[in-house]
Amino acid sequence: MRFIDLLDFASTSLRGSRSRTLLMILAMSIGVAAVVVLTALGEGARRYVVNQFSSLGTNLVLVFPGRTETAGINPGMLLGQIPRELSLDDAEALLKSPAVKRIAPLTIGTSEISRAALNREVVVLGSTSELLTVRHMSLGQGQFLPAGDIHSSASVCVLGNKIKHELFGNESGIGAWVRLGDRRFRVIGVMARQGESMGFNTDEIVIVPVSSAHLLFNTSGLFRILVEAKSRDALEPAKRAAEKILMERHNNERDVTVVTQDAVLKTFDRILRALTLAVGGIAAISLAVAGVLIMNVMLIAVSQRVKEIGLLKALGAPAAEIRKLFFAEAILLSGIGSVAGLILGEIGVLAIGKLYPSLPVVAPWWAVLAALLTSLVTGVLFSVWPARRAARLDPVTALAGR
Amino acid sequence: MIQFENVSRSFLVGDQKVAALRDINLSIAAGDYVSIMGPSGSGKSTLLNLIGLLDRPTSGTYRLDGGDVTALNDEQQARVRSQKIGFVFQSFHLVPRLTAAMNIELPLILAGIPPAERKRRVAELLENYGLNDRADHRPDQLSGGQRQRVAIARATSMRPAVLLADEPTGNLDQTTGREVIKLLEALTEQHVALILVTHDPAIGGRAKRQLQMVDGQIVSQT
Repeated sequence: MRFIDLLDFASTSLRGSRSRTLLMILAMSIGVAAVVVLTALGEGARRYVVNQFSSLGTNLVLVFPGRTETAGINPGMLLGQIPRELSLDDAEALLKSPAVKRIAPLTIGTSEISRAALNREVVVLGSTSELLTVRHMSLGQGQFLPAGDIHSSASVCVLGNKIKHELFGNESGIGAWVRLGDRRFRVIGVMARQGESMGFNTDEIVIVPVSSAHLLFNTSGLFRILVEAKSRDALEPAKRAAEKILMERHNNERDVTVVTQDAVLKTFDRILRALTLAVGGIAAISLAVAGVLIMNVMLIAVSQRVKEIGLLKALGAPAAEIRKLFFAEAILLSGIGSVAGLILGEIGVLAIGKLYPSLPVVAPWWAVLAALLTSLVTGVLFSVWPARRAARLDPVTALAGR
Repeated sequence: MIQFENVSRSFLVGDQKVAALRDINLSIAAGDYVSIMGPSGSGKSTLLNLIGLLDRPTSGTYRLDGGDVTALNDEQQARVRSQKIGFVFQSFHLVPRLTAAMNIELPLILAGIPPAERKRRVAELLENYGLNDRADHRPDQLSGGQRQRVAIARATSMRPAVLLADEPTGNLDQTTGREVIKLLEALTEQHVALILVTHDPAIGGRAKRQLQMVDGQIVSQT
């Protein structure tokens, strides 16, 4: 029997029981569509996080005060010591390493900002002029914090876009004075609208020089230090240099945590990839269910078509040919089902993309391939038994319909 | 062409052995017209199934065109069926979802004949059996006589040497039955061996050779 004729004959028998065929295709396509949509969602979440991370800056090393110990009690704890804080001098000392390109110390706190009768609570970020480049922020108008001595506490501030609009409306606001807590600051710049990134809305912050922030909050410690390495290859040396410099400065005590942004990113990447796989795997169970359905339908088809199988044998079809006929039917079923499922899934992905534009939902190619293969393989695998059963029928009893 | 030597066939019913055919010796030549008659249970259909290679004898040898076909495996037997044997059944056994033309084409498809040649042969058969205007009808849209004509056209599409007909008129009224028999008889003129199993002495009596079977044995031959 020629291959084309095989497919043709199989398709006549699928067309012969239309509603059954449509239901089977529906079951298969729902399975494939589920895999496509769910993995697209997982992959979307992963890409979202990765994008957010790279928008925070490139080649970053983060230095936090304190160190997470897994080796039990820190002797300092018993003496009632809290971890030593990171000072501005610590931050400046990091620049000694040749692997470090720039640094931006960060102090964070909340304060009340007021202008005339208007006031609200804001997050105040204390940093230096380098923050703009290190954190990939962009300035809307005016200028950013002045470069120069890290210890100088100039009374200037840069407003987040939303804060500026709330306080000044459509006025430019540059050169005006605002009150932060009990101190007055001159507005020298406004940030461009950036929106939320990593749960931190840069439109609703006020940035002041780090020393001014220290005065404002009456502290001398840093929340963290952002260190930009010279290049990607310099990341690890920069991390080791930071650890070494700070250890030396802190009486040889390792009391800071230094991580590269890559390490954090990789962890997220791994977690979210695993999540995508898990969700895809769960969706693939529905494909297996569809496979069992196909088997059931093929078994029914065999018993309904006993006479036809007997006839085919009488007309000279060998057992192998009869097996092939049923395989062809199963492959057609699962093939059409999976193509329909792909289309359905892509429509679903498009719809989600329209509903949540910030989520980059795209079904990963490996998931699409895996869904197609799984559906075809289950289709064929689950038709092995029915096909063998058909091929084994004794022609005489089959023709008699027994 | 067909030679049976001491062919026996027995079945196991429960744990009892029932002999359906006992020591059959038979030889049929090309173009022979043979009818097999006898009461039900006498082994007529079993004999026909053995000739048609749908069943295997328990003992004895069956030679078709000189070759021992009992020694062949299932696949080889299927090939012999495809090339040399045509079947016509009492209940027609047409595939209900296929049109008349496609039913006739079925053995040609199974044998892997190229489409152009298939088309030519099907057109010829439709013409010969007066089914031209019925080609695109499905079996449920055909009368009994038309169905059996489609079945005969299908049985002859591979130009077999032997045509086996099991009660071909059983589901037909007398007039159409007669017409069908005439169509079958016409085939013997083309050197096809026609073997006909029937209850009906009026039909069986038309054959040049008549076998009477009782209890798995041929009791009389004319």
